[in-house]
Amino acid sequence: MPEAVAPETGTHTISLTIDGAERSIIVDPWTTLLDLLRGPLGKTGTKKGCDHGQCGACTVLIDGKRINSCLTLAVMKDGAEITTIEGLATGDDLHPMQQAFVEHDAFQCGYCTPGQICSAVGLVNEGHAHERHEIRELMSGNICRCGAYTNIVDAVQSVLDQTAKAPTP
Amino acid sequence: MMRFSYSRPQTIAEAAAALAADPSAQVIAGGTNLVDLMKYDVTRPGTVIDINGLDLRGIAVDGEGTLHLGALAANADTAYHPDVESGWPLLSSAILAAASAQLRNAATNGGNILQRTRCYYFYDPSTPCNKRRPGSGCGALNGVNRIHAILGESPDCIATHPSDMAVALAALDAVVRVEGPAGERQIPFDDFHRLPGDRPDLDNTMERGEIVTAISVRPQKFGQHHTYLKLRDRQSYAFALVSVAAAIRLEGDTIDELRVALGGVAHKPWRRKDVEGEFAGRPATRQTFEAFAAALLEGATGHGQNDFKLDLAPAPSSVPLSRHTPVPRRISPQRWCSDGPLGFSHRPAPQPRRR
Ligand SMILES: Cc1cc2nc3c(=O)[nH]c(=O)nc-3n(C[C@H](O)[C@H](O)[C@H](O)COP(=O)(O)OP(=O)(O)OC[C@H]3O[C@@H](n4cnc5c(N)ncnc54)[C@H](O)[C@@H]3O)c2cc1C
Ligand code: SF4
Ligand code: FES
Ligand code: FES
Repeated sequence: MPEAVAPETGTHTISLTIDGAERSIIVDPWTTLLDLLRGPLGKTGTKKGCDHGQCGACTVLIDGKRINSCLTLAVMKDGAEITTIEGLATGDDLHPMQQAFVEHDAFQCGYCTPGQICSAVGLVNEGHAHERHEIRELMSGNICRCGAYTNIVDAVQSVLDQTAKAPTP
Repeated sequence: MMRFSYSRPQTIAEAAAALAADPSAQVIAGGTNLVDLMKYDVTRPGTVIDINGLDLRGIAVDGEGTLHLGALAANADTAYHPDVESGWPLLSSAILAAASAQLRNAATNGGNILQRTRCYYFYDPSTPCNKRRPGSGCGALNGVNRIHAILGESPDCIATHPSDMAVALAALDAVVRVEGPAGERQIPFDDFHRLPGDRPDLDNTMERGEIVTAISVRPQKFGQHHTYLKLRDRQSYAFALVSVAAAIRLEGDTIDELRVALGGVAHKPWRRKDVEGEFAGRPATRQTFEAFAAALLEGATGHGQNDFKLDLAPAPSSVPLSRHTPVPRRISPQRWCSDGPLGFSHRPAPQPRRR
């Protein structure tokens, strides 16, 4: 049975795996993935900054790739696997990127942080950043109004270094 | 956002028929432009046709060496594709100079070349705009027009095309493959986007019901003599004020073939094949390239706030070429900018990693 999220207007039933849990959801076609997450699903860890693709606060991973959830219609993502900031930790064990952000003091107010961390996880998966200037360039889609950029780059660099050292299976 | 109905056809024919049948229908691919425009109420599709069910994601090189990019292949997958990086690096650098990593993951090749202008008035439904509402006037002409066109504009519209990828595709003489109710056709890139004239509501020459299926690019013969250079307000995640895709083939010290397309200056990537032809056979000297830049920009006019583009455009049009000639390898935009006539520092757009 699909969860009735907005039964009076909902017209499409989709199934999404969100942070490991598979769910069947009724959505309006005009609901963005961001509004679905933050509204009916109550996953407010993902933030809304600009709502226009300009800040990166809403970054989530879809099938492992980072995207702006504010410019994606939920109905288009039927069958996708979505990871938000709320799905990165394993129980009480933080994801290495979350741990690195804590250790490097990579935030101040913290509003941009969920998007920064999801984006950084995507960056590591993509494998195109190696040097500091490449991290800066490939993290440019995440704006930090507090200006914590230096420490954010340090945090991402430290995870990249760990990943590089880890024995390849 | 206005309400709309949603469909997800499974074949190109179904999608084209649905699009042709309903004048209020619009296609969605990555959604990074369309959803934005719907949120601002700039566009109000009655039906959104999601084409992501179509098999248009492939990237392949055929037996003749021509690259075929599926309309639904993501910009990121295209730019980092090994065949594109090695055979069409100019295209990779142009794509990677655009938007952000997240946006490039969602943005598709078809959606990229079909993205709408970033003119502020186009984006604000409370202001006049002939492109958004034909006949309402052009807010930018005597308004805030810092990002607007200096070439090929009309009294009805001075908007620019915002795509970086399209500038490289113009220089590479790409072909756009479209399919509609009347069948398939191929549109040379030069004929794909149009100048505004008295119909600024039309960005391109596609017919109602047509869908972009692929973009094809023939093998290029420019070796390392090419560059994509983008001048903008900040070093990343900003649209071009002026950009240039330049490629050159030399015979000794003489120009054999020259191709230069400018972005940020017109309603379409700006190329003058006639001028390029005139410069074939000339010595590859700085003087030649400066003369070329002057000819390429012939007739350019400012509209007040964008007058600075008249000074900005000649440098990227000529200097990257000059830098190619003494040292036969890929130039570093950083080098020419620091000692170049612009006098401000500019970081190179990210280049694909050399293998
Ligand atoms: C903050 C921000 C910064 C950006 N910066 C840059 C930049 O610096 N440089 C740059 O080049 N771009 C930039 N972009 C734009 C981005 O590249 C485009 O939004 C993207 O390429 C559009 O692709 P899409 O697949 O998401 O298109 P969609 O939004 O899905 O579609 C765009 C348009 O094309 C139509 N369409 C899409 N695919 C097809 C098809 N196959 N057949 C027929 N019609 C189709 C749609 O109907 C729609 O009108 C930026 C965007 C944002 C939000
Ligand atoms: S320049 Fe073109 S898009 Fe901008 S307001 Fe004028 S008509 Fe509209
Ligand atoms: S909220 Fe999506 S990019 Fe700002
Ligand atoms: S920590 Fe405040 S916006 Fe980034």
